[in-house]
Amino acid sequence: MRYSDIAKGLILAVWASALPALEVEDRKSYPGEGGAMISVLSTADLDVFEPFIRQFQQDQPAIGVDYTVASSTEIYAAITEGMKFDIVLSSAMDLQFQLANDGYAQAYGSDATARLPDWAQWRDLVFAFTSEPAVAVISRERFSGIDLPATRQELISILRDYPERFDQSVGTYDVRTSGLGYLFATQEARNSDVFWRLSEVIGRLQPRLYCCSAQMIDDVISGELAIAYNVLGSYAERRRTQEGGDRMEILQLEDFGNNMLRTALIPRTAENVTGAGAFLDALILAGLAEEQTWAFPPLQPHARQGTPEFGPIRLGPALMVHLDPLTRRAFLSSWEDAMEQE
Amino acid sequence: MNPTGSIRRRMTISLALVAALLSLLSWSMVASFARQAAERTQDNILAASATIIAEAIRSEGGEVRLELPYAAFAMLGAVSEDRVFYQIETAGEILTGYEDLTTGSIAPAAGEVRFETTEYLDVPLRMVRMTRTVLAGEEAVPVTVSLAQTRNGIGTIAGDLSETAAALSVAFFVLAVALTGFVAQLSLRPLNELAQAVARRGPTDLRPVRRQAPSELTPLIGSLNRFMERLAGSLRRSEEFIAEAAHRVRTPLATVRAQAEVALHGAQSHDDKQRLRQMIRAIDESSRSAGQLLDHATVAYRIEDLSRDTINLAELAASVAAALEPTAGLKDIEIRLETSDVATLGDKVLLESALRNVLDNAIKYSPDETQISLTVDQQGDMACLRICDQGPGLAGQSTTDLTKRFARGATVTDVVGSGLGLTIASEVLQAHGGGIELADNPKGQGACAILTLPKA
Repeated sequence: MRYSDIAKGLILAVWASALPALEVEDRKSYPGEGGAMISVLSTADLDVFEPFIRQFQQDQPAIGVDYTVASSTEIYAAITEGMKFDIVLSSAMDLQFQLANDGYAQAYGSDATARLPDWAQWRDLVFAFTSEPAVAVISRERFSGIDLPATRQELISILRDYPERFDQSVGTYDVRTSGLGYLFATQEARNSDVFWRLSEVIGRLQPRLYCCSAQMIDDVISGELAIAYNVLGSYAERRRTQEGGDRMEILQLEDFGNNMLRTALIPRTAENVTGAGAFLDALILAGLAEEQTWAFPPLQPHARQGTPEFGPIRLGPALMVHLDPLTRRAFLSSWEDAMEQE
Repeated sequence: MNPTGSIRRRMTISLALVAALLSLLSWSMVASFARQAAERTQDNILAASATIIAEAIRSEGGEVRLELPYAAFAMLGAVSEDRVFYQIETAGEILTGYEDLTTGSIAPAAGEVRFETTEYLDVPLRMVRMTRTVLAGEEAVPVTVSLAQTRNGIGTIAGDLSETAAALSVAFFVLAVALTGFVAQLSLRPLNELAQAVARRGPTDLRPVRRQAPSELTPLIGSLNRFMERLAGSLRRSEEFIAEAAHRVRTPLATVRAQAEVALHGAQSHDDKQRLRQMIRAIDESSRSAGQLLDHATVAYRIEDLSRDTINLAELAASVAAALEPTAGLKDIEIRLETSDVATLGDKVLLESALRNVLDNAIKYSPDETQISLTVDQQGDMACLRICDQGPGLAGQSTTDLTKRFARGATVTDVVGSGLGLTIASEVLQAHGGGIELADNPKGQGACAILTLPKA
């Protein structure tokens, strides 16, 4: 597996986080009544996921859950290094796909996986359980007096017309460090030529670059940012119901929208496959539920009303294209040219 | 007779075996074609993807640059859920991709497209490799694109098609077996028809078989006909022998009887007379039996070639009754005729013989000083002759038992008889399309013989 070493080396080098051990952001153990334990490695924040784990343990009291939060690149590195986890959940579907393609996942099938539509799984190795749109979040205060943009073209016009108002007030992912940001950016660049023009305009405004959706949304609420571009819709929706949520507005631009699939896979090194399967089934059933029962939007898009429908990002080998080191280097170089114009 | 298997089953089984073999052959051929077609499709898609990638290679500032085209990989993902591996190599240096994917394989020359079936990460792969020359600065650099895919998609397609082909083959086989059964039945029909035709024949019908039959059956029919001819000949000879024997016995018996009569007239002592009378009676019985044997032979002989004359049954009855009047007179038996004019078609000699035997029987088994009625009338299409006596009756025995050759009733142990009389009558009437039935006399004691014949 020399390729993985190269790829991992390259990816980690670019993200400048080449640490030998897993960089854990958060970790909590939920012991069960029996001795069985499943170790979950996930990108989703603990507070978002805790209600689901509690619900799962009500249905399966015997199974304990050890929940570890890490970034998607850390997760990818951990699995390719052979660290032992029973189930891996990640918002970076490209890295998840790469793991499956390169043989790090094991096949799993159940009644629940059989209910998934074809586009929501790949070879019984990778399973989607949410479909989450990328959205823009704006500060009501900072946008007062301006008509809210409906398309990227309108957003470009607004940013051009009020350069002083938006100077240092546009936030977006640093695609060099955020796997999800990179996925959103590459997919958008592929689908819409407006992406690069928008990036040029944002680049002139001395944008602020973030690792994560949550911090961007917090800065919009505090008024530090006027607009956060390409954040996770699910986080934004949840934040809106919390304190200060009324100070922000969620924009789903009509010309194009990315829908990311949050995916799960059972690594080949998993020790408690049965437990992992039960956990995966519960995830899929929660994702397929007609009524939204948890923090994440449902997998089936018909459940979301009033937004333009763009299909989810396809789960397939095309996801590997932008993970290719050469292609990645080329993309990042164009992106840096657009974003850093000092 | 134990049959040694059935031709039909043998035919069906061998044809079914042939059909099974053909079905299996066609299934394996279709399955192999399906696999080849699926493999070729995968090769084409791999080649197309690799071409798109190769076309995207360019040089910038003397360096080989590549952005993997999204379409090339999207295309691979659109066709099947197969794992994808790739490698871009330039002059011995791995530019990007899976480094040890092509270990042990020499890069193809520029312009060449090569397909390989290989293994990577313990999975079988189909790989396409192609080389393109790119001008980097002033140097022409060969760049090799290798693109590989697992073969699950092919397996699925080939498996699906193979399953369909298998289902079709099974259907074909079932149809073939059904048709086989039909064909076997059709082929054997002439044989069955021949068997039925022979089985339908009456017990004395030994005419040769004259049927249209397939050429394969001609030898069988020929042998059958020759066999029946021999059988008929042998039967005829034995009847002739019996007739000859009976004839030869009867003539000397008549002489002996005449001499006995003379002796009786001349006898003085009561004992001698008694002895002679017994002798005469025994001679009479022998003579009658010989007569019946002769009758029977005549019947057997004449039935073979039955003549069809119009016969008035009333006249026939009257003449037979008149001929037997002396015999009846010996026992003081009165024969009462009640006839109406009914005609039938047939052989007069045979019908006379039949009626005479029945009437003779009635006289023989009737006690002295009784009456026998002989009625001729008609019932529907049939002419009916009814002979009723006042003898001991049938005691529950059936017509079939009593009309067998040499069978004698249970109630006649004290009367001498050969048992041939009713047999003769029955054979004659059957040959004429009629029959004989015996029943207890509905008017009281005795039995009735009812002879039926088709009316003219």
